[in-house]
Amino acid sequence: MDAILLQILNGLDKGSAYALIALGLTLIFGTLGVVNFAHGALFMIGAFCAVTLQRLLNLSYEVVDETQTDFLGNPLKVKTPYVEAWFGPEFGGAIIDWAVPLAILFAIPIMIGVGYVMERGLIKHFYKRPHADQILVTFGLAIVLQEVVKYFYGANPIQTPAPDALNGVVNLGAAIGMDIVYPVWRVVYFFFAVVIIGGIFSFLQFTTFGMVVRAGMADRETVGLLGINIDRRFTIMFGIAAAVAGLAGVMYTPINSPNYHMGMDFLVLSFVVVVVGGMGSLPGAVLAGFLLGILESFASMNEIKSLIPGIDQIIIYLVAIIILLTRPRGLMGRKGVMED
Amino acid sequence: MFGLNKKDTSLLIIVACLTMFAPFILNPFPTDSGLAQFNAGYPDLMQRFVIFGIFAIGFNILFGLTGYLSFGHAAFLGVGSYSAVWMFKLIGMNVIPAIVLSVIVAGLFALLIGFISLRRSGIYFSILTLAFAQMSFNLAYSVLTPITNGETGLQLTLEDPRILGVSATADGSIPVTNLFGLEMRSTFEMAVGPWAFQFNAGYYLCAFIMLAAFYLSIRIFRSPFGMMLRAVKSNQQRMNYTGLNTRPYTLAAFVISGMYAGLAGGLMASMDPLAGAERMQWTASGEVVLMTILGGAGTLIGPVLGAGFIKYFENIFSKINDNVLHSWFSFMPDGMEDAVVFLIHPFIGKGWHLTLGILFMLVVIFLPGGLVEGGQRIKGWIQGRRAKDSSTAKETNPAE
Amino acid sequence: MGILEVKDVGKRFGGLQALSDVNLSVKENSVHAIIGPNGAGKSTLLNCLVGKLIPDTGSVMFDGQSVLGRAPYEINQMGISRVFQTPEIFGDLTVLENMMIPCFAKRDGAFELNALSAVLKQQDILDRAEAMLVEMNMADKRHMHAAALSRGDKRRLEIGMCLSQEPRLLLLDEPTAGMARADTNNTIDLLKQISDERDITIAIIEHDMHVVFSLANRITVLAQGTPLVEDDPQNIRGNPKVREAYLGESA
Repeated sequence: MDAILLQILNGLDKGSAYALIALGLTLIFGTLGVVNFAHGALFMIGAFCAVTLQRLLNLSYEVVDETQTDFLGNPLKVKTPYVEAWFGPEFGGAIIDWAVPLAILFAIPIMIGVGYVMERGLIKHFYKRPHADQILVTFGLAIVLQEVVKYFYGANPIQTPAPDALNGVVNLGAAIGMDIVYPVWRVVYFFFAVVIIGGIFSFLQFTTFGMVVRAGMADRETVGLLGINIDRRFTIMFGIAAAVAGLAGVMYTPINSPNYHMGMDFLVLSFVVVVVGGMGSLPGAVLAGFLLGILESFASMNEIKSLIPGIDQIIIYLVAIIILLTRPRGLMGRKGVMED
Repeated sequence: MFGLNKKDTSLLIIVACLTMFAPFILNPFPTDSGLAQFNAGYPDLMQRFVIFGIFAIGFNILFGLTGYLSFGHAAFLGVGSYSAVWMFKLIGMNVIPAIVLSVIVAGLFALLIGFISLRRSGIYFSILTLAFAQMSFNLAYSVLTPITNGETGLQLTLEDPRILGVSATADGSIPVTNLFGLEMRSTFEMAVGPWAFQFNAGYYLCAFIMLAAFYLSIRIFRSPFGMMLRAVKSNQQRMNYTGLNTRPYTLAAFVISGMYAGLAGGLMASMDPLAGAERMQWTASGEVVLMTILGGAGTLIGPVLGAGFIKYFENIFSKINDNVLHSWFSFMPDGMEDAVVFLIHPFIGKGWHLTLGILFMLVVIFLPGGLVEGGQRIKGWIQGRRAKDSSTAKETNPAE
Repeated sequence: MGILEVKDVGKRFGGLQALSDVNLSVKENSVHAIIGPNGAGKSTLLNCLVGKLIPDTGSVMFDGQSVLGRAPYEINQMGISRVFQTPEIFGDLTVLENMMIPCFAKRDGAFELNALSAVLKQQDILDRAEAMLVEMNMADKRHMHAAALSRGDKRRLEIGMCLSQEPRLLLLDEPTAGMARADTNNTIDLLKQISDERDITIAIIEHDMHVVFSLANRITVLAQGTPLVEDDPQNIRGNPKVREAYLGESA
């Protein structure tokens, strides 16, 4: 029982990441009708927003402290981050410690900006082109973005720790008399994802803006005929989708140290998630994200691996293939989406 | 000639000349000159040109003709490599059985994957092929280690049985791949003045096979089968209502292109007898997509050009470093020189992929027909100018 | 016994009963029109005949064989060709190639891996395609891309492609929809000529009464998914039920 609960939890954090990326992909696909192979790169850029903020906060000046010496007997150079100098060691230190959560604020405007530029500068010109062309150009863009990041940050993963307070483990089972020890940050990640997903859904559900966007997703032409400038709203949705992917990346950094090709790794899986959930269905994307995350984590249990060797490596793809062949529209897909 | 029309025959002859004289053409700079590093006429690189050419030609039969964009073709290349290395381990070092087996195994594998994937079209087909390729890659890394040797990759050892050959040579080393005794690595060097040209047995084997593959692809393009594939791309609905079953047509195209990929994989292993799972990764599949699109999908020569172009510049760009740049721009004033070098720096050396990505985007945006379309546009522009010149000349003449 | 026999066909989409108790008999070598107001189920019926949809109940027999459960290409190979409302042709191919493909389908069946012989060496196919182009009056456009043709020419090409398969039944789905008057009249003349000169049955779904009464020698009126009446054109004109359901509404 403990083991099963633990596996479900383990699946939730990866599932959260899948769900967030797939949600963004679906938003873009549903609104703009564009298959965005660069979405993984947006996730990666988000992660590097966290890295950047952390580096900015750690910018330091050096003072030679004559009272102390290093192991060679030379006077010790003491590095003090500017932030600590300005806000005092205590508060400044806390800011540095909380770099990753703070990066959310830092990343939102950046990601919306990146998304806006991408849509206006490139994607806009591909609405009328075949899906294959959209895949190809965004695939090219993904390579470019990833190489740019590699140029500035190098090829190695960069450690980006969570705040100390959230770095430990917590026994989630204590209340119900079970022993389920789980890293705090992963719990945080899950709740973060739930909040974001809830936010997006209520935004689409309860605001006029969201209503127009949903109407546009269902029938773009009619909404256009009503004299509503649907394109501008869609551009904004692209920005929002980029921000969602970026935030998923920011918060993922303590779980997996970011590197330049993390986007590509997640992209393939996210596409699989979208297809399983059903192209164009937002609830489908979220459901499939969590479902596949949990399935993957179950498949990596030793009991199951000894039963079917290698299942953990292929479970997601296997499920995707089965779903695509038996329910071509995915779990919750609508009729007629990309079927020609 | 060869059952081809005049235009196709001349195309084939041009490609044949280019491949046969590649050791000269790719080595334009004398060996001791500073530009010698831009020579590409050495066996290893030339082999890569033609092998990736075969891969791209095959991919083009699927994508160029039917429009089905597979993102999993590297899986067939990988399977071909593994099959070939196993032949070297079990049977012997002759490359012929290895290549034959790699084509057959890749074909069977493609039949299986194609049979399932082709039940869907469009983006769904792309995702299905991607999923299959990633699955194969993951399995090759993990459970299938007894067959693939996991992360290390499959290599030859002294303990291999090689029932038709020897486990080890007289001096106790692993035997090398050969074609009925002609070693693939054997290279004849010809020095002409300051130039040195290398003629490698392995390269010529690959080149002949590529020519055969290219010839076959011309025949397919010009055949009723090729026309049907173009019709599939143009309008599947009309195909169905014209009494044609599109599924076997696309499946045949998929299997043929899978066999081309397997052939490329088998040749790769024949030149250098090892095989690793990274050959099957989806980025490797992406590379052949890049080559085909960059050269010109759906054209005969496009994929060959694309493969050559990418492999050549990959090699050249990775060799350029800041010192080379400084020597190129040394005629400029110091500050300007540094600025220019600084600006170019991200695109060279390890930055080659950045250049490739940008180039690829530009091609997709502005030149959907790839290099071939670019060439045609330039030709059209020149002819247009000439026509204009002659027409203005004609107009002015009667006036006089 | 007609060449096409539709018996008790019903089709339901969710809560909508699109077709119910459709009975229809198309006589060999007739021109049979199926008319009806919008939403009467004409297109659904047509899709049931060509294998795009499978009816929930009833049977569809062509020349004594059931077409139900067969794929569109199999039904086509049985001898039913379909012309679409918007011309479905191979836009990326030349006019001549468009015409050759049905000839290949007629000669080689649903699939033939003819990968090594050159298209240009298939003299019998070339001859047939050229002959049909001449008959369709399009020989001068043989090397044009089909996508570049005018609407009227696309329609002619599509009809020609269907004819080159020598079908026994030609199904037309509003063949003159969206056409100018002159093009419509050309199409009517072409279809008349086809039905006079060839051993062929034509079933046509049409909105335009001018087309229907110029061509048809038998008419079925469909209303709300059920045949209202089946009769000769002159009787249909005077039928009060038809006026009420259809002509009155459109007039």
